[in-house]
Amino acid sequence: MATSTLDTSVSANKKQANDVFESPDFYQIDDLLTEEHKLIRSSIRSFVKKEISPIIEDYAQRAAFPQHLVKKFGEIGAFGPTIPAEYGGGGLDYIAYGLIMQEIERGDSGMRSTASVQGSLVMYPIYAFGSEEQRKKYLPKLASGEWLGCFGLTEPDFGSNPAGMLTTIKDAGDYYLLNGSKMWISNSPMADVAVVWAKNEDGRIRGVIVERGMEGFSTPEIHNKWSLRASCTGELVFDNVKIPKANLLPNIDGLKGPLKCLDSARYGIAWGALGAAMDCYDSARRYAMERIQFDKPIASFQLIQKKLAEMLTEITKAQLVCWRLGMLKNEGKATTTQISLAKRNNVEMALHIAREARQIHGGMGITGEYSIMRHMMNLESVITYEGTHDIHLLILGNEITGIPAFK
Amino acid sequence: MKILVCITHVPDTTTKISFTDNNTKLNKAGVQFITGPYDDYALSRAIELKEASGGTVTVLNVGLAETEPTIRKALAVGADDAIRVNAEPTDAFFVATQIASIAKQNTYDLILMGRESIDFNSGQVHGLVGEMLGIPSVSPVMKLDIEGTTAKLSREIEGGKEQLEVSLPLVAGCQEPIAEWKIPNMRGIMTARTKPLKVVEPTGKEELTTVTKYELPAPKGACKMIPAEEAEKLITLLRTEAKVL
Ligand SMILES: Cc1cc2nc3c(=O)[nH]c(=O)nc-3n(C[C@H](O)[C@H](O)[C@H](O)COP(=O)(O)OP(=O)(O)OC[C@H]3O[C@@H](n4cnc5c(N)ncnc54)[C@H](O)[C@@H]3O)c2cc1C
Repeated sequence: MATSTLDTSVSANKKQANDVFESPDFYQIDDLLTEEHKLIRSSIRSFVKKEISPIIEDYAQRAAFPQHLVKKFGEIGAFGPTIPAEYGGGGLDYIAYGLIMQEIERGDSGMRSTASVQGSLVMYPIYAFGSEEQRKKYLPKLASGEWLGCFGLTEPDFGSNPAGMLTTIKDAGDYYLLNGSKMWISNSPMADVAVVWAKNEDGRIRGVIVERGMEGFSTPEIHNKWSLRASCTGELVFDNVKIPKANLLPNIDGLKGPLKCLDSARYGIAWGALGAAMDCYDSARRYAMERIQFDKPIASFQLIQKKLAEMLTEITKAQLVCWRLGMLKNEGKATTTQISLAKRNNVEMALHIAREARQIHGGMGITGEYSIMRHMMNLESVITYEGTHDIHLLILGNEITGIPAFK
Repeated sequence: MKILVCITHVPDTTTKISFTDNNTKLNKAGVQFITGPYDDYALSRAIELKEASGGTVTVLNVGLAETEPTIRKALAVGADDAIRVNAEPTDAFFVATQIASIAKQNTYDLILMGRESIDFNSGQVHGLVGEMLGIPSVSPVMKLDIEGTTAKLSREIEGGKEQLEVSLPLVAGCQEPIAEWKIPNMRGIMTARTKPLKVVEPTGKEELTTVTKYELPAPKGACKMIPAEEAEKLITLLRTEAKVL
């Protein structure tokens, strides 16, 4: 009988590279998901195993952005999955969006950042605040990955306090004049389109769509990052850039514009961080079972078991937070402060698990043989962007007491 | 061109197998089910053929309602519609009878499936369907191209490969590298929601086999190392312990 080379000892879902990741589901949270959600998760997991895991370490080590993945993200549908299909989106719900972010960040936080920025910070504002012409012009190309977008809010001197921004748009008759600069902008060096927030003559924050090639617009790259090395980060510099009036987002005015975008992205980060934590846990669990010291697997030592038990506990709690928040989002009821709690809790949880998992991997844990150190370094950005860890405390503190403690 | 792809819904290959009902049934509790990996190759090739030269792809599964997530996945990958024959796929003859009955009601140019399922691995269904329909069946097919009404195939045979030309219609049992597995994209998953999935009742209940008992292979024993200079001891052990000499 002729033989097939199919290795049936390896699951069909797990054939890619050496990536044998399996997600924990200690509380049978899968029972809360639909069959469609599970198919979405397994599809993105297969995509990550096929397209991201085999190459990501190399790109991160070289601090290079895997640009070829932009089109592939578009093909699989990772850009704007909640945007209606008529604009090229997936027309899916927020649990689906969360699971997509979980699986991508399980591969790499930088890749999740690329997808978050495109979906939540570029497509979302164009969809929610844009004109019909703007939706038709930009969304299908952003969804397919033909265009890459970025989101310019942070400035060199205004990070946690974006309301203080100095970038301005002035009405110059036929067009607006945009001046100023933005800092720490994910995707900026490669972006075709930027959604930029700037103050008008009345000091009101407005959003404009800036396109590569507009005169006076440049996007210098920020080098030497130790974190999100496979994601490109840069500045946006505007030197008297003439913005056509049709590029102003007509249906939003004030700081709530960018903050609504951040709500959507932070929601995705809460799920994404969960993915990174699951990857660290899964790797640590396997390593602990295989690594022999003192004639036993290190998993037999109580101190290792404590680490693993605590990881599983925290992951399980975070899964429930994500699922409930997703259901609230589906009903249009999730609040900014609820999202803050989830983002803050889950990113810290993931960072802590990454550090503990790194310990379990011993010396191997600092190498690129395992994803742990990369996750750990990536998560230092994740805990800083989209509202720092402490700023989310202030947001929650304000919610609890009614007293803003920002200044 | 009209293509029928028959897919199985089988336990993931890493499943820990146990039995119920006096060791006559697989214990499905906690088992994760997947599309048969070989069927996935068949489906992927069918989608490629459709994308290249048009036509339709129908997926067919003989199974109970529990197999519908697997069928939806095939629709998400790009099949146009699906048929589920509402019955437990008890043996190869029964399954082949159902497939042949569906195929007789619709004229398909190509009937593709995996070279074998990965639960019982009997690899008989394609041959049986070919016989029942009186059309050629070929397996395991590693390459499949269509030129007009002729299929050009490459098949794995003992110690080599065979190139064949077969006129359509045709049944093929497929294996890699006939195509690369396709991952459904988000749009495909969304559109699969509304693609037609028709449930039909089986024709006849004739089963030619019944399972009287399943048994797991004995667990692997510990490995005893015997130094080369003590080869005599090995002979003794093979006589007294392993009892193979
Ligand atoms: C890799 C990366 C990618 C990014 N991508 C983007 C992007 O795409 N678009 C974009 O607009 N921005 C982006 N950012 C910017 C990010 O959102 C900011 O870095 C973040 O908001 C913090 O701003 P900051 O760095 O200026 O720090 P600061 O605001 O200067 O904060 C420094 C420290 O002071 C603390 N602090 C500040 N104010 C208070 C207070 N009132 N009370 C107590 N503590 C306080 C902070 O918690 C923090 O610990 C990115 C950042 C990084 C690192």
